[in-house]
Amino acid sequence: MNERDEALRRRALVCAASVVDPEIPALTIADLGILRGVSVRDGEVEVTITPTYSGCPAMTLIALDIQTALARAGIANAHIRTVLSPAWTTDWLTETARAKLSEAGIAPPPPGASRRALFTEEAPRCPHCGSADTEQISEFGSTACKALHRCRACREPFDAFKCH
Amino acid sequence: MITIDENPLISQLLRRADDALVLGHRLSEWCGHAPTPEEDLALANIALDQIGLARALYAEAGARSGHTEDQLAYLRTDRQYRNCLLVEQPNGDFAHTIVRQLLYSAFADPFWRAAGGSTAEEIAAIAAKAEKESAYHLRHSAEWLIRLGDGTDESHRRASAAVEALWPFTDELFETDAADATLIATRVIPDPQAIRPAWESTVGSALSRATLARPSAGWMQTGGRRGRHSEQLGLLLAEMQYLQRAYPGANW
Repeated sequence: MNERDEALRRRALVCAASVVDPEIPALTIADLGILRGVSVRDGEVEVTITPTYSGCPAMTLIALDIQTALARAGIANAHIRTVLSPAWTTDWLTETARAKLSEAGIAPPPPGASRRALFTEEAPRCPHCGSADTEQISEFGSTACKALHRCRACREPFDAFKCH
Repeated sequence: MITIDENPLISQLLRRADDALVLGHRLSEWCGHAPTPEEDLALANIALDQIGLARALYAEAGARSGHTEDQLAYLRTDRQYRNCLLVEQPNGDFAHTIVRQLLYSAFADPFWRAAGGSTAEEIAAIAAKAEKESAYHLRHSAEWLIRLGDGTDESHRRASAAVEALWPFTDELFETDAADATLIATRVIPDPQAIRPAWESTVGSALSRATLARPSAGWMQTGGRRGRHSEQLGLLLAEMQYLQRAYPGANW
């Protein structure tokens, strides 16, 4: 990569990384690990993204938002590539992302939770009052990547990010 | 209508994609009708996962057959669909939907986990996503089966009737033919027969916790993988394909 391409790549990366997730606007696609990378070849920008869940309906909008953010910065005709491998995992959520999720009232996935356990579920802490006394209402929440819980201490319902 | 020049890999991709799309469509029929709002969300979420999986598989099949995802989904007749008969069975009552999901997910979950080791890079990548999602689908349906089977007399009766009605469609999950044999030998896909012990153990344990009897082995249905479907699939496709049939090439 020549110097000009490298400078463009860095500029495009900053733009793409600032795009927020349409369903969890508190987080950027970089925080979530959806943004996998940006490459430039002879002045052509390619942004690589990966879905959290295969059927995530936000992918088209995310691609459009990235193109818009780049166009605003004067980078036209960026190509958006969607990859499935390596498969997205909640392990890619950065510490900042976990903090931002809690801040937004969404419990981050408990560390080391096992999604393979057939009949048990570790309870996440309530993002409102911090209590560990919570229960699951539904394994499937407002988006594919979240489950619905309720805090027994403060009685507030909340979304929790699924361990994935 | 499109014609597809099938080879073993294209056929295999279509079989898996059609399973996912048809089941996804069935589950989407619950949207706005499920017993509770939470369940409405759950079934719609599972439908979304299935349709997402179908899209990834159609994209691979289409890249090899020269078609788009939409053409494969909307422009094939029921005889060109390769899904197993289990997934096209109507939703029936909630117990039927849950039992259908459990019988299918108990196969799909270990199948995709094993397919993660496929020698075909594209299949391994799709499988790595599918196995994470199917783990949730399996847990969801297993937990519901226990609540229904070990619930009231009425829920037990309905769950039991659903198990009896859908059991004859389970053998087809493990069927293989000559086309599969070459893919299994080259480890492109796992051998469905090898998945059977895991399926038996998951289904057996869920049924016994649900206080439901495992039906004895009896006559088993077959034909879906060769395009011989029940009447139900034609009706499903008539609805799903209506727009593309009425307004060919329409898009958003």
